[in-house]
Amino acid sequence: MRTKLSVVALSVVAAFALSACGQKEEPKPVATPATPIGKPEVVVKLGHVAPMTGPQAHLGKDNENGARLAIEELNAKGMEIGGAKVKFELLAEDDAADPKQGAIVAQKLVDAKVNGVIGHLNSGTTIPASKLYADAGIPQISGSATNPKYTQQGFATAFRVMANDVQQGKVLGEFAVKQGIKTVAIVDDRTAYGQGLADEFKKAAEASGLKVVATEYTNDKATDFKAILTKIKSTKAELVFFGGMDAQGGPMAKQMKELGIKAKFLGGDGVCTPEFMKLGGEASEGNFCSLPGMPLEKLAKGPEFRDKFTKKFNAEIQLYAPYVYDAVMVMADSMKRADSVEPAKFLPAIGQTRYDGVTALIEFDSVGDLKGGAISIYQYKSGKLEYVETLGGSAVDSAKAEVKEAVAEVKEAAQAVAGAATAVGKEVAAEAKDVAKSAAEAGKDAVKAGAEAVKNAAEATKAAVEKK
Amino acid sequence: MDIFLQQIVNGLVQGSIYALVALGYTMVYGIMGLINFAHGEVVMIGTLVTITVAGSLIKAGMPVALAGLAGLSASVLVCMALGWGLERIAYRPLRNAPRLTPLITAIGMSIVLQNLAMMIWGRNYLTFPALLPKINFEVAGAHFTFIQVVIVLVSAATMGGLLALIYRTKLGMAMRATAQNPAVASLMGVNINRVIAAAFVIGSALGALAGVMVGTYYEIAHYQMGFMLGLKAFTAAVLGGIGNLAGAMLGGLLLGLIEALGAGYIGDLTGGFLGSHYQDIFAFIVLIVVLMFKPSGLFGEKTGDRA
Repeated sequence: MRTKLSVVALSVVAAFALSACGQKEEPKPVATPATPIGKPEVVVKLGHVAPMTGPQAHLGKDNENGARLAIEELNAKGMEIGGAKVKFELLAEDDAADPKQGAIVAQKLVDAKVNGVIGHLNSGTTIPASKLYADAGIPQISGSATNPKYTQQGFATAFRVMANDVQQGKVLGEFAVKQGIKTVAIVDDRTAYGQGLADEFKKAAEASGLKVVATEYTNDKATDFKAILTKIKSTKAELVFFGGMDAQGGPMAKQMKELGIKAKFLGGDGVCTPEFMKLGGEASEGNFCSLPGMPLEKLAKGPEFRDKFTKKFNAEIQLYAPYVYDAVMVMADSMKRADSVEPAKFLPAIGQTRYDGVTALIEFDSVGDLKGGAISIYQYKSGKLEYVETLGGSAVDSAKAEVKEAVAEVKEAAQAVAGAATAVGKEVAAEAKDVAKSAAEAGKDAVKAGAEAVKNAAEATKAAVEKK
Repeated sequence: MDIFLQQIVNGLVQGSIYALVALGYTMVYGIMGLINFAHGEVVMIGTLVTITVAGSLIKAGMPVALAGLAGLSASVLVCMALGWGLERIAYRPLRNAPRLTPLITAIGMSIVLQNLAMMIWGRNYLTFPALLPKINFEVAGAHFTFIQVVIVLVSAATMGGLLALIYRTKLGMAMRATAQNPAVASLMGVNINRVIAAAFVIGSALGALAGVMVGTYYEIAHYQMGFMLGLKAFTAAVLGGIGNLAGAMLGGLLLGLIEALGAGYIGDLTGGFLGSHYQDIFAFIVLIVVLMFKPSGLFGEKTGDRA
């Protein structure tokens, strides 16, 4: 019996060993680099976190490949920072898209004293992890976390190289209206990303006159959506908007068709993947989705990046790989400019980034969001994602908002002045006419100033549009 | 009304899938009192093997029906071998160990199989070849497909077949004897090793069948698909009374229906306070209530403290 037990014990040990090696591909521990006599070598450790297991493992691998490509290129090029040769090293971790595990691996990276972190993939894991990095003063650049909350927590260490969901939700809402849609059902997967995007879409849709007839929920591991879709069917919505990822979106589109639902399907970056079409089959045909940024084909360095990527990994780019690649490059670029690999020293340099990356000209605003992030709309057409148009871009938006504000202010001022003038006019009799007059004059001046403000703002808009 | 009918159809199909998987759990439990947590992974391997075999045969130009049959047989064979291997390697050496030990081993095996599948088939979602014709029916406003009809029929037939096996054959008698008391059964000339191995092999074959059904229905597969499915099916088996075949079937159907109706009506019932993501609440409230009043499940027999 004893020998038999030991066999079992062995198999259990093997089980854990196997599961461990399956879950993460930890880089082999590199022996402390032998310092050549000529030039000292510094190892810069970059953490990378994405789900390598679970339903989003395919996207996680894609992200990691983007980071690996960047790091290999940096190492091949050979970089010198602070007089020492720099060797970049990737510490790849798996958070399984689970916020709890995201915090655990974040702590692991903090303990490993990484110089910077690239990731995480999901907003739901990025947000809780960002606090740990902020407390440790470790700069973090995410290539794919789009929930606005990530950069709004006031952490100096949090950056992203992708437009956020406020921008994306807005563009999608306006796009739906343009398609002639009047009623919409919204489904989200209750993750920080899905919920955030769905909420922003809802705001934008309602603001532009769409009627939200149903709000349903699922989760990021589900495969059966028939119950909620049946409910949506009864509302006769013309469009189903899904805030979530491709692994759920594809089957959802398919099941819509099986239930005889004629509504269109619309989603954000999480479903804008080749995988979605593979899973959705014919049901994906003709529907639309959006991606932050511009299509690779339209970007100067896009096609070249695609070639490099497919050649190296023998795989198609799923989604965020170019963004993650840029995130690594921005981090390295900031180190170079600060001439230091110390987080405290190169962190300010990240904020001043002006880097011409694969995905965009990367500059950050005061909270760490990408400046002027554009959103592109794509259509699923015969098994391919076809580019439709690019919308948004913050310069135009902010100018528009300014005009609106200025107009409102002027209106308010004018009203106040008018009110004051009449009040004064009534209270003070004929002898105080002069006073009233001067008050009215003051009011006139205020209106004039307001009008000028409007004019200025309009000019700013025009300039911004032209710049675009 | 057509919406209600549609939800019933949704629930019945989902429930039949749960039932099909639950039969595998309950069969093994009924005979040796072991919860084989790796059963969900057996289902997953069944799906993935079918994808590989049927997919490549279809690509090679074989007619779809034939390729599907070949895929099904291949996955049944692989899963039977897997079930036998699991029993031989992981559970048999622990047969006299305390009850918790095989349970932990079962969880370990589930992790091993998941990671093995990840290494073989990769992390990406795989599309399941369309093995059955896509025919849509519409009855009184409810839509359903040919595949859904097949799933309900297959799981009913499987349960019938299993009942016949247990109560009408010699092997079934040996199984029942082993379930009652393995020591006495072996004194009566029952080779309990063989009987238990048979239970695993048959349970795994059912798992393969369930895997093919799940694959045909959703048309996607993934190395982690067995985990949630296994958990739900286990819940169904407990709800119906684990160890009881008819109980597993009814528990599965009940769970499926509760889920579908829960997701469909929870928002209306609570005035929008709880959304459809709370659909599982209904299933688990029902489970807790049933277990409070009938700890052995709806159809479970009272078993003494055997282990």
